[in-house]
Amino acid sequence: MKKEHQDSLRTEELLINMGPQHPSTHGVLRLVVRTDGEMVRETWPQIGFLHRCFEKIAESLNYAQVIPYTDRMDYLGSMNNAVAFCLAVEKLGGFEVPERASYIRVIMAELNRIASHLIAFGTYALDLGAITPFLYGFREREMIVSILEKVSGGRLLYHYPRIGGVARDVTPELVNETRVFLRQMRKVWPEYNTLLSENQIFVKRTANVGVISREKAISWGLTGPCLRGSGVAFDLRKQHPYSLYERFSFDVPYGQGLKGTVGDCWDRYWVRMVEMMESCKIIEQAINGLPEGPFMNKVSRGFDLPAGEVYVPCENPRGELGFYIISDGGSKALRIKARAPSFCNLSITNEICKSVLLADVVAILGSIDIVLGEVDR
Amino acid sequence: MTHQEVHARLRERFGDAIHEWQAPEAGPVGAESFRTYIQIAPEALHDVCAMLRDDSGLRFDFLRLISSVDRMECLSSVYHLYSYTHHHEAVIRVDLDRGNPRVASVAGLWPAAEWHERESFDMMGIVYEGHPYLRRILLPEDWAGHPLRKDYVAPKEYNGLTNE
Amino acid sequence: MSDEPTSPRTPFKGGHPVTDAERLMAESVRDPRNLTRYLYYLRTAREEGLPLLVAPLDAAVNWSRANAIWPLTFGLACCAIEMMAVGASRFDLDRFGAGAFRPTPRQADLMIVAGTVTHKMAPRVKRLYDQMPEPKYVMAMGACTIGGGPYSVHGYHVVKGIDRFIPVSVYVPGCPPRPEALIDALLWLQQQIAKERPISSRYVPKRWRQSKESPFEGGAGGCCVDSPSLNSEIPNIPLHPLQRGTCPTPLQRGKKDSHS
Repeated sequence: MKKEHQDSLRTEELLINMGPQHPSTHGVLRLVVRTDGEMVRETWPQIGFLHRCFEKIAESLNYAQVIPYTDRMDYLGSMNNAVAFCLAVEKLGGFEVPERASYIRVIMAELNRIASHLIAFGTYALDLGAITPFLYGFREREMIVSILEKVSGGRLLYHYPRIGGVARDVTPELVNETRVFLRQMRKVWPEYNTLLSENQIFVKRTANVGVISREKAISWGLTGPCLRGSGVAFDLRKQHPYSLYERFSFDVPYGQGLKGTVGDCWDRYWVRMVEMMESCKIIEQAINGLPEGPFMNKVSRGFDLPAGEVYVPCENPRGELGFYIISDGGSKALRIKARAPSFCNLSITNEICKSVLLADVVAILGSIDIVLGEVDR
Repeated sequence: MTHQEVHARLRERFGDAIHEWQAPEAGPVGAESFRTYIQIAPEALHDVCAMLRDDSGLRFDFLRLISSVDRMECLSSVYHLYSYTHHHEAVIRVDLDRGNPRVASVAGLWPAAEWHERESFDMMGIVYEGHPYLRRILLPEDWAGHPLRKDYVAPKEYNGLTNE
Repeated sequence: MSDEPTSPRTPFKGGHPVTDAERLMAESVRDPRNLTRYLYYLRTAREEGLPLLVAPLDAAVNWSRANAIWPLTFGLACCAIEMMAVGASRFDLDRFGAGAFRPTPRQADLMIVAGTVTHKMAPRVKRLYDQMPEPKYVMAMGACTIGGGPYSVHGYHVVKGIDRFIPVSVYVPGCPPRPEALIDALLWLQQQIAKERPISSRYVPKRWRQSKESPFEGGAGGCCVDSPSLNSEIPNIPLHPLQRGTCPTPLQRGKKDSHS
């Protein structure tokens, strides 16, 4: 267009509403986007469409009764949520967890981490227009889910880690099935990379898009793969190990800008992919070293926690999940506050969607990998 | 740096705005389980937090969590902080008057605080002065009441739908 | 197919096809290649007095509608993941014709409400339901949509069941329901669609119109309130009390007439 025509052209900014029902917002998230043509100027994420009153409900229930509600917060990694909650209660109450239970918790948590990253991988590709990785990811996920179903009874929400241990023991058949799954995962992981990570279209859509610098990531409170994608090699399982994680050796992947800038969408995605392999390493070490012994130290029903407060952070697939429990000496908590990683990760959306295209907003949201059950609790 | 050392550092700078250090009660596993907090006066919050963030020995650059607690006699706003450089943590607590809970916002120091303070306001009703956009975040804009208060009664219906 | 209700989802007798013709139509919907069954359906329909010229058209329309239900992508919470798993490779929903998930309600037949509906989300659910063109069906997937689920006692922000503001065709219990349960519910919905009479209800001979069972003049048929989302012109089937939704819908202010 000639320049004189361009200057006299009257343009307006559009307010576009994405969601709360939208195939690419990963749940009920409403994004109001102000765009100048195709260029985004500002976004207002609006949440709360899935606010299910977890913290208020938790004040009316026993500690053991709260565990199913923690499952439903981050429903893609529910083992991790329950482990975090049980650790907090056990710390405040002084309950010992047997070694075998800790190992089993690690195995289940890492299996769930792989399942969660597979969904992140599949839905991210689906958002960008590729349908095959979604089906491949769910195929491996079905293997994990059948293992978790055999041990807990549920496919998605398990209610398996209990206060004092885990609900049921792990049988040798289950260990064999896990080994079969690990073999399969190690075989297909290079296929995923050929399919998506090295794919030119995917790289063009995600590299140099949504760059979060290291300082921004820290000051905006990002954790998990979002933080590690920006170059901060910090993992709670290494720095402040819980549930016997110090016995396992694994690496912490962090973004190095392999395809573009450090902290872009591709880096965050790549951190998740490498984390899947690291989780396989941890699971293998855990099932090789699984000790004999009880799987649960029984605690009395309706136990009282002593007065005090405790905050235990754990490394969820999405970041740092912590439960801040304040007890006044009864069988019900005075206050349970859940520090949800997706809540903090999502707050940076406006900051990094300043001058991107509308299609890049979808890529950025997918790379942050939110779960609205956690954001809204 | 342990929690007590952080407390001592703050107290030598701010004096009486920092309450006395309360030794954590011995619990079943040991005193370390019961992480105590550093209680400060609400007026000093912004200055204390600025020091916590900028002082080279403290360098708390990561605001983990802002919780609002309804203890029956007052409301509290609790800040969990962590340092990526020194790998230590701190918990700051301010007690606010139940009738008029107002405290300075730390969103200028840690941008992560924006959404946490909005949630605190939404759920408990604590007003953070200086916050750029203090509106309800989880509940609808026209919701009445602050649910996490102990004296909250859930509405019988909202928008024509009953809550029974 | 016995008359006794076997599934907890249909505790009342009317859940299964009541007349022989309906039963045969339901079977032919699932397997239209069976010519014998189809001819038998025609003969039974003639015995029951259904108009023969248009009854085969009913069967054809029902067959095409039931085997090509396009759901709306409406995953709200945890049940959405199981819905995605049903659409994925192991429990393929596409083999039942229902794999084409539409992002827009204007092209969708079935709204699978998968996940908890909160007060903040309820007006949006209602709006999406209104945007769907007829004939439309709603599947309440999961305990939260049936009656509030785990949040039914203390949840102040959770709507205790979506049938408080939209009519529901099929409820799928579970938290979350297994993918097989979702498929089962879809097959049941297909059976219900097979009972509809989209064409013969509009073109009926006089003697049937005046019979006692017909919903037209002279008969005591049901009103659309009782079975609002299914074709309202089939003989009245009493609904289970739990299945009855409120009508007129409370979110529609100013509209006093029954759901149409």
